[in-house]
Amino acid sequence: MTTGKKMKEEMNALKNKGNLKRILASDQFQLQSLVWPGLFFCFVFSYIPMYGIVIAFKNYTIGSTIASAPWVGLRFFNEFLRDPSLANVLRNTLILNGMALVFSFPAPIFLALFINEIKNMKFKKVVQTISYLPHFLSWVIFGGIVIEMLLPTGVVSSVLCKIGILEEPVNFMAKGEYFYIIYTIVSIIKGVGFGSILYVAAITGIDQELYEAATVDGCGRFQKMWYITLPCITGTIVIMLIFQISSILNTGYEQIILLQNPLNLAFSETIDTYVYKIGIAQSRYSYAAAVGLLKSVLSVILLVGANKLSKKLVGRGLF
Amino acid sequence: MLKRKPKSKLNGNTFFDWVNYVLMGIMAFVMLYPLWYCLVGSLNEGTDYLRGGVFFWPRKWSTASYRAVFLDSSIMNAFAVTIAKCIVGTVTSVLCTTMVAYAITRPVLKLKKYYIPFFMFTMFFGGGLIPFYLLIVDLKLYDTFWVYILPSMFGAYNMIIIQSFIRDLPGELIESAKIDGANEYRIFFQMILPLSKPVLATIALFSVVGHWNSYFDSMMYTNSPALQTIQLYLKKVITDPSMAKGLGTAAAATIPGQALTLTPQVVKLATMIVTALPVICVYPFLQRYFVKGVTMGAVKG
Repeated sequence: MTTGKKMKEEMNALKNKGNLKRILASDQFQLQSLVWPGLFFCFVFSYIPMYGIVIAFKNYTIGSTIASAPWVGLRFFNEFLRDPSLANVLRNTLILNGMALVFSFPAPIFLALFINEIKNMKFKKVVQTISYLPHFLSWVIFGGIVIEMLLPTGVVSSVLCKIGILEEPVNFMAKGEYFYIIYTIVSIIKGVGFGSILYVAAITGIDQELYEAATVDGCGRFQKMWYITLPCITGTIVIMLIFQISSILNTGYEQIILLQNPLNLAFSETIDTYVYKIGIAQSRYSYAAAVGLLKSVLSVILLVGANKLSKKLVGRGLF
Repeated sequence: MLKRKPKSKLNGNTFFDWVNYVLMGIMAFVMLYPLWYCLVGSLNEGTDYLRGGVFFWPRKWSTASYRAVFLDSSIMNAFAVTIAKCIVGTVTSVLCTTMVAYAITRPVLKLKKYYIPFFMFTMFFGGGLIPFYLLIVDLKLYDTFWVYILPSMFGAYNMIIIQSFIRDLPGELIESAKIDGANEYRIFFQMILPLSKPVLATIALFSVVGHWNSYFDSMMYTNSPALQTIQLYLKKVITDPSMAKGLGTAAAATIPGQALTLTPQVVKLATMIVTALPVICVYPFLQRYFVKGVTMGAVKG
């Protein structure tokens, strides 16, 4: 009797052991285990911060936890709307991004059109390679060199003096009113080559027969550009435009902070850098989180709005 | 033997072609000149550079600034941290992301329809700067080396690109490996990883350049000088005059006869050149990879 029971238990243990082994060796378990690390890191570093957004509605101070901080509702949102620097920060953000939309956005499209017209393949390759270079230099290096060039002893002042535009050398970085234009030019130089990759690829994908047919019909170069190339890459342009519009409240931190100094602060402080300053430097976490949340919500609304608009106007969108 | 030349064309090029060549030439000059300016300045003698006017060629040659860079222990430390960050960060993140990408492509994977939206959602919405910062502090990652590595372990965007590549590999390969008795781990490590080399090279390239060029993570999440990356070091030198003063002085004292003429400005320029050099040397040869990367991303996005 007892031996029988024992034997049964032993059999069960053996069976369980076999099960475990079989599970560990099964495709399903192995595949699932490949997903786990990614799942873990994605959850921790992407989803937990989403929960952290609640501090925008709480009064979080150092020492308290996110859960224990007292609720304050919309206090910090109201505070931001009455913040004396709001007007300035919003103006700078909108002007910088407005200029990006008008100048930095079309620049890669034009560059791609011009690159496409280069007949000498070697020259084309060299031009393209050089045009990517600024993208691969960090903002620290590129910004650092630009600041150096814009000093009164730098090359820009010197050249402008020589050709008679300036009377005497100017420290451009110390004059806030130049910040918008400096930032726009620098970001075009840094981004135009890399941005053109996408458009060049789109142009390469156009059916060559269209061009041949146009040549037979007696179309010139610019007519082909206008009536064939541009319409064929409209899809790519529209998608990039939607992204650009939805990021109209973003300026990023790295590039702006680098070109910022106390003298141009009135022109260079944007929503992003403001969040960084009040949040990290002044440790007003809840307030900064509220400002950041407000910006994200507006960005999502802009994205959806731009997408709807483009669907209505050109019949296609992002989603 | 006479060949008729096409009319209105100079050597086969029209007027527009020449305008285009000139325009592109100007553009290439504008792109290259800042770096040239930096290089020329760094090779000029320090005190002489301050007079200005060193725009195209060094007025007084000197390599003292480069010696100062390589003798400065904090600059060298910053380089070591940055290299470690590039290698460890890229290898772990590519491995972790590719593992998910492979599993997602296998039709037998259960719960797949929950995993994909879970990952995709993070591409469109995030917690923002402040909640992320508080999380880093809460996890005790603040001011550790791991803050450079762990947060970027998994990237949803890269996962999408990699999985679209793996999905296009011939399915019979996996089938025949299964028949031969290989398990999923073995298929992944011995088949999928080697076969995905082109796409992994692209992702790794962007990851390395991203790690090498970023200063914001170092500025936000670390405090001790031992952990600062080269970009943060440079950023501090550029924006903080008091920091710039100390730059290279220790090294200058050890270089006989240079202490008087070596200035922080040229040491700064030399550090920039040394920092930019690895990227400049590598990127032209990897062009086809990143061109592929950009267009792949666009098709999926």
